[in-house]
Amino acid sequence: MLTHIEWLAVWLTLRLALTTTLILLLFGTPLAWWLAGTRSRVRPIIEAVVALPLILPPTVLGFYLLIALGPSGPIGEFMALLGGAPLAFTFTGLVIGSVIYSLPFVVQPLQSAFAGIGQRPMEVAATLGASPLDRFFRVALPLARNGYLTAAVLGFAHTVGEFGVVLMIGGSIPGETQVLSIAIYDNVEMLEYGRAHWLAGGLLLLSFGLLMIVYAANRRFVVARVV
Amino acid sequence: MTAPAQIEARLHVTCGDFRLDAELSLPDCGVVALFGESGSGKTTMLRAIAGLEANPGGYLRVGDSVWQDGAQVVPVHRRALGYVFQESSLFTHLSVRGNLEFGHRRARPANGTTPPARAFDEIVALLGIGPLLGRGVGRLSGGERRRVAIARAVLRNPRLLLMDEPLTGLDMRARHEILPFIERLVAELSIPVFYVSHAADEVARLADQLVLLDAGRIVATGPINDMLTRLDLPLAHGEQAEALIEAVVAGHDDEFALTLLDFPGGRFCVPRKALRIGAPVRLRILARDVSLTLEHQTDTSILNIFPATVEAISAENESQNLVRLDAGGVPVLSQVTRKSTVALDLQPGRVVYAQAKSIALLA
Repeated sequence: MLTHIEWLAVWLTLRLALTTTLILLLFGTPLAWWLAGTRSRVRPIIEAVVALPLILPPTVLGFYLLIALGPSGPIGEFMALLGGAPLAFTFTGLVIGSVIYSLPFVVQPLQSAFAGIGQRPMEVAATLGASPLDRFFRVALPLARNGYLTAAVLGFAHTVGEFGVVLMIGGSIPGETQVLSIAIYDNVEMLEYGRAHWLAGGLLLLSFGLLMIVYAANRRFVVARVV
Repeated sequence: MTAPAQIEARLHVTCGDFRLDAELSLPDCGVVALFGESGSGKTTMLRAIAGLEANPGGYLRVGDSVWQDGAQVVPVHRRALGYVFQESSLFTHLSVRGNLEFGHRRARPANGTTPPARAFDEIVALLGIGPLLGRGVGRLSGGERRRVAIARAVLRNPRLLLMDEPLTGLDMRARHEILPFIERLVAELSIPVFYVSHAADEVARLADQLVLLDAGRIVATGPINDMLTRLDLPLAHGEQAEALIEAVVAGHDDEFALTLLDFPGGRFCVPRKALRIGAPVRLRILARDVSLTLEHQTDTSILNIFPATVEAISAENESQNLVRLDAGGVPVLSQVTRKSTVALDLQPGRVVYAQAKSIALLA
């Protein structure tokens, strides 16, 4: 049913989404933690920047990324300085683009999960002798677990579904930058509707399933919070 | 030379519009009640002692450990304290056992200079929460939650226990169910306890010392009975004005089923209680239940009559006065009419007989 190249696209998409989600969970955690707790005046600015990819046309983001990652862009020049190749039209470039593109989908659920915990459990933990790191890992993290599930699923699903940014900075190199959404587009362009059906239907089911997980978990989340 | 104070604190906390300025120096203190209207700074004071509120330039010493000296501040998690928060605040991601172990695992280690970490089972039994250990905290009643929160704080093996209205929001029945647990606990622990409450009956039962707060300042500090009977403080006024008396069970009268209680000013008898001879008890006498006579009455149904000296008199309202008496060094209040004050020629130094119509045994 799927050709070798299409399987490559499936594998590449999953690899991209997984890598992006992991990076975002890792770096999104301190950012979301800071946003949830700070009274700093720069907070609205940072929040606006984080939310930008939600409303920015992907082509705009893709355009700036293409310039930044290209041989004469700042990141491109930095790469050249390290003796590396420019990142445009590479998998690494795609990861950088996806991380920026999916940032709000991970940071926002984490931020509201941390904000929902409030100060009290952390204060209780401190009076019970838990150091700041201990408090974070033993109290904040477990209490925010549903926020993590939501963030991971949304980040993953959104990365799987991205198109505009990839098109701008990745092109359609099989095995390197040709993700599923691009493969569908290529199939349609070549009037291969049957092939496009397989891929599009698969993506539809995957996205639906992932969202089901989020909503099912969030119902439990709400019930657990009533306590 | 007097022994050094057990707790010394200089607290200056700014919290929005509210400001707390308090200096405390308490001797070997037992249970210290922080008492005052809501908004007087009781909770802020506890939080400052715990280190949860910044106390710039302040000072805090508990026993021989200095928790703050100006800019040198011991962080909250390194202060060996137990804190029972107002809403019990159990961790919802842990079972009852998980909540208890959270503090117990991080307890102050036992060494030569500190008492040993309290055995887990001992505290669990003391608070009667053994059957709850396996439950999730969502399946506890309000009273059970408070007891778990108290046990969790105590299992941390603190040097100082801070309790912020641990019974507030509970109905009468639940409060009466938990009070004895707290009483047993503070009797067993040999550490100072700061107890925030605005319920006078809790304070009367539990406290040894009382710190009276108003608008972020300490109005007065002292032993509970002194504070309750000081005519210059609001506590000694109103319908509930009362005196607390520490007494000892002297014996039982089998013929009339009475229990005899000795205090420095004499002997009381109350309806028989199952108490062993020598047991210490705390008594409460309301000012409005104490009447005064010049002669020792014999043809009266009142049993509890004791000599006392008038110390001070203050006007309660246009018709009534409040008299502070000294009965063998123990202060007692009596509410009398102004008319009787004149008729008996009551004035400081006068020796009278006080008749207590009703005496309540606390605990």
